[in-house]
Amino acid sequence: MSEFAPVAESTWLDASLAAALFLVDPIGTGVALRAAAGPVRDQWLSLVRDSIPAATPWRRLPIHVTDARLLGGLDLTATLNSGKPVVEAGVLAEADAGVLLIAMAERVSSSTAARITAVMDAGGVVRERDGFASRSAARFGVIALDEGADADECPPEGLVDRLAFHVNLEGIALRDAIADFPDAADFAKAREQVAFVEVPDTAVAALCAAALALGISSLRASVQAVRVARANAALEGRTIVGDADAAVAARLVLAPRATRWPPQDQAEDEASNTPEDPGDAEAHGDDGDSAKAPDSSDEIVLDAARAAIPPGILAQLLNGGRLRVRTGKSGKSGALQRSARRGRAVGVRSGTPRSGATLHIVETLRAAAPWQRLRRSVGGSASAARIEVRAEDFRVMRHKHRTETTTIFVVDASGSSALNRLAEAKGAVELLLADCYARRDRVALIAFRGATAELLLPPTRSLVRAKRRLAGLPGGGGTPLACGIDAAVELAATVRRGGRTPIAVLLTDGKANVGRDGIGGRARAEEQAFAAARSARESNLATLLVDTSPQPQPQAVRLAAEMGANYLALPYADAGSLSRAVRDRTADLRRVQ
Amino acid sequence: MSLQFPFSAIVGQDEMKLALLIAATDASVGGVLVFGDRGTGKSTAVRALAALLPKMRAVVGCAYGCDPTAIDTLCDQCRSACRPGKRGESLESRLVPVPVVDLPLGATEDRVVGALDIERALARGEKAFEPGLLARAHRGFLYIDEVNLLEDHLVDVLLDVAASGENVVEREGLSVRHPARFVLVGSGNPEEGELRPQLLDRFGLSVEVKTPEDLPTRIEVVRRRDDFDRGPQAFAAKWSRKDAALRRKLVEARDRLSDVRVPDAALTRAATLCLSLGTDGLRGELTLVRAARALAAFDGDAQVDDSHLRRVAAPALRHRLRRNPLDDAGSTIRVERAVAELFGS
Repeated sequence: MSEFAPVAESTWLDASLAAALFLVDPIGTGVALRAAAGPVRDQWLSLVRDSIPAATPWRRLPIHVTDARLLGGLDLTATLNSGKPVVEAGVLAEADAGVLLIAMAERVSSSTAARITAVMDAGGVVRERDGFASRSAARFGVIALDEGADADECPPEGLVDRLAFHVNLEGIALRDAIADFPDAADFAKAREQVAFVEVPDTAVAALCAAALALGISSLRASVQAVRVARANAALEGRTIVGDADAAVAARLVLAPRATRWPPQDQAEDEASNTPEDPGDAEAHGDDGDSAKAPDSSDEIVLDAARAAIPPGILAQLLNGGRLRVRTGKSGKSGALQRSARRGRAVGVRSGTPRSGATLHIVETLRAAAPWQRLRRSVGGSASAARIEVRAEDFRVMRHKHRTETTTIFVVDASGSSALNRLAEAKGAVELLLADCYARRDRVALIAFRGATAELLLPPTRSLVRAKRRLAGLPGGGGTPLACGIDAAVELAATVRRGGRTPIAVLLTDGKANVGRDGIGGRARAEEQAFAAARSARESNLATLLVDTSPQPQPQAVRLAAEMGANYLALPYADAGSLSRAVRDRTADLRRVQ
Repeated sequence: MSLQFPFSAIVGQDEMKLALLIAATDASVGGVLVFGDRGTGKSTAVRALAALLPKMRAVVGCAYGCDPTAIDTLCDQCRSACRPGKRGESLESRLVPVPVVDLPLGATEDRVVGALDIERALARGEKAFEPGLLARAHRGFLYIDEVNLLEDHLVDVLLDVAASGENVVEREGLSVRHPARFVLVGSGNPEEGELRPQLLDRFGLSVEVKTPEDLPTRIEVVRRRDDFDRGPQAFAAKWSRKDAALRRKLVEARDRLSDVRVPDAALTRAATLCLSLGTDGLRGELTLVRAARALAAFDGDAQVDDSHLRRVAAPALRHRLRRNPLDDAGSTIRVERAVAELFGS
């Protein structure tokens, strides 16, 4: 998974500036803070914490928060005490007018994230739960704490997209974490002023142009940049946004999201052109005033953004590769599904909360509710309990647990067999994806060729993403079979950690000729391939080996034996029959698992 | 809760706005699915539509907002309240806003279908039915943001109710049925996952939205959004006349709808188009013709012609194509190709 670029690191100065601007306009901005838990992060958080007004709510959202706590619901204690239903607010509503801290945001499930973002968009919580409909205001600033260890571990994209600042504290030592910070009085003043700061059209145009030049598609980034520019102006005591404010916004909001290096040459031949795509500039050059910004502010803004793109990423951008800071992978909630008692709740059934079943209290109360009068009058019991719950009222959660399967395709994309087999493998992946919604399975694709193996498609259920990734898969070069198998084993381990069952489908002719270190040599390469195969077997990876050569190959047969894999010779398979065969065989494997 | 962004102030996204207006003109078109990039104003548009819709007449005190003029769709309570021999007009009614009900993620099944009124049960020991979201959405719109993240068991409920137009509740000893006819509006990001084919099929129109790539449009979007965030009231006031004009147009379109003629030639065209695309079932054709008719009514035309069919072909058919993963062209392009072939370009 070497393809993932490191996330941009920011300096402490920028990080503390982001904290200051967040304090000026918490609801309009928001921070995604990438850092391991530690003194530097604490230092940053205390900047914010110490400067918020005294009574401001500060709520920390735990990772495995239930809907009842997140959105609110029936407050059971109060309900039982008072004998009538009492609704509790939930964390999001409690954070109203304050700050919501999302702990371990990289592990927040996409469904939790969707609930949070819906509340952020609506400015309030709409509850349709536990027999009640209620709504309450919830406008808060979000700080998402992202402790992701590697680049593909990051918070759900829908959440990050709504946060203006993407601050990365990795690589900052505590001794560097010193900077001037405005005091509380400055913030109070800036907060009052911020709504009155004017943003001239030129500044909006410059920020939009910079976003476009940096390849930032989401319009939210531009909207946030405008708000950040305004916050900066307010903090500096200006009543109108100037170039310096826009430059700060570009540096803090736009630069960390850059997906491409802005067209360089235009920076040099200044004064004549806006720094957007040359074609665009021509097409819209006469499109009215809004498009025409004085070049100077455009240049200043874009330069600021350009300067803030860190050098490591710069190299990658200049190499022509699109930067993928965010891989679009949602947070991982796999651990949740590991226990047999977990899984998705699909309703309740009557039963006793023994044998580990969870009691569904609300449903139990609901079941008991209609009988209360009757029970009291018939039983004549003068019990102190306000609600009489009997055994037949017990309702327990019904869970639907099924192991999701992730099918990992490992495709030999090397010279000889590559081109046609590759097309078939792509087709098979897409065919399998097309019906995977119903099965809730995922598909991943690793290709190996030349010197290494590459994860082309991280586990996904999205056909859209799959097609995009598959479109540009090249073929040709040597056969680093060992690398391919290693990559599959590694990915399988990740998949297992996520609580899913991996199944590998290896498409190859078994003729390895490149070793793990990327150096040629058939004998050594084959030896390493067999070693890798054995490690795959040791890791208990269920594998289907599809022999793609015209005649069944002894190497492939032996490889399958070493791997403990099912062997399938499919010399002239097209995508359709390949996907059918894979589906049938993996169904067998699934049963064995 | 808070003031909504005005519908007429939404920059671009013409196909999405058109689809929503068509659905508002003729509910029988059957709902709109909006799929696309993040931050393109999907949910903004749907919520804005709520403020745009003209009010409707509903029976006073009816939990389902029954239409007093449509005797067939009355709920049991309203029906029994009708004096013998009298029509529904005898019921007391008033103008109410058309419901646009949000189905929030995390909604529990009891709130969606309705359940025992827990408050009355606890306090008075009575067994009473408390209508859910489906009841509230009757005669209006049911909006599901992030529809592809909706839990399966809720999808099942929705499919069933949307198909029958009636919600049947059998739980906790309650046995209730009530009308639930609503226009389903869903939005989502395709990267979050695919939609179940059965649910996909329930949507009459489907639109794909993309982030605008040209600078002037992007500037305008950012500008308006920023203006709105700073002063929602002032912004809404600025656009209220345009919204009002659009609302009038919508009312006129509804009045005109039943008079719009669909000539046999147009029917043949629609059938040929669906045939050449190989869409499953008759729903595609039906939606295509209905959407074209609604569009004609909206444009003030007396009859449906090629221009109408052409404009609604993509939203009416693109999600009904049999998926062919090996064809790299997206379904939108396939529809466009077929349209160009049939109508000439």
